[in-house]
Amino acid sequence: MIGSYYQSEVKVEVVIPTQTRYLSLVGSIVEEVAREIDPYSGDREILGYNLNLVLTEALANAIAHGSQHSREGDIKISIHVRDNELCIRVQDKGKGFDLKSIPQPDLDNPTGGGLGLFFIKTLMDTVQYHQAKSGNILEMRKQLR
Amino acid sequence: MNLETEEIKNATVLRIKEKRLDAHNSPEFKERVLKLLENGKINIIIEMSEVRFVDSSGLGVLLSGFKNAASLKGGLILTGLQSQVKSMFELTRLHRVFKIYPTLEEALGQD
Repeated sequence: MIGSYYQSEVKVEVVIPTQTRYLSLVGSIVEEVAREIDPYSGDREILGYNLNLVLTEALANAIAHGSQHSREGDIKISIHVRDNELCIRVQDKGKGFDLKSIPQPDLDNPTGGGLGLFFIKTLMDTVQYHQAKSGNILEMRKQLR
Repeated sequence: MNLETEEIKNATVLRIKEKRLDAHNSPEFKERVLKLLENGKINIIIEMSEVRFVDSSGLGVLLSGFKNAASLKGGLILTGLQSQVKSMFELTRLHRVFKIYPTLEEALGQD
């Protein structure tokens, strides 16, 4: 219909144990979401890869700081696309960390450390980290154009 | 983790037969590379044409292998990188650290 415009909204929620074997599964889910975003004028394969990377890094970090031996340690993931904005939230009940204490990697003298957060900050528009009694929440947003 | 090794000329080709090199399998990959170096296989070519995804952990173990090989006066070079994997090396400037060749034949020619 001329003049009408359907903006799709997608919300996916996943809960995984704190085990790295689930990284691939969640990565493939977010790649699939990238393929479904409508409208999106950019390269969906690149978007999918980048979101897979960002989420893999966030989860690997939550797993590294979490407990592997209780259901309390489960990680909740929310992927929400609405009004040209994508928001990924990763909630865990691990020890958490100080986002500001992690230094930028020295790309001219690489050690391999700090690259995960570098990818997250480089590929997403905003990154926020909250620590509360209910758990740690890493929230990453990206405008979709 | 599915890895294959093959001796070609004076190099050891380590083929990664996985779609991902990430925080799940990179510790095992690191062990395999260290074992090769311990056994005197200090000229290593990593063949990555089946790998479509690498995270920071994967980049870290490749860098670690590169540095360990160099410290033994050997080398670790990369071949068969898919375009998006290669872009991770460019984003982190690691493409300036590693020797990267499009094909195994070219890598063997340079080894």
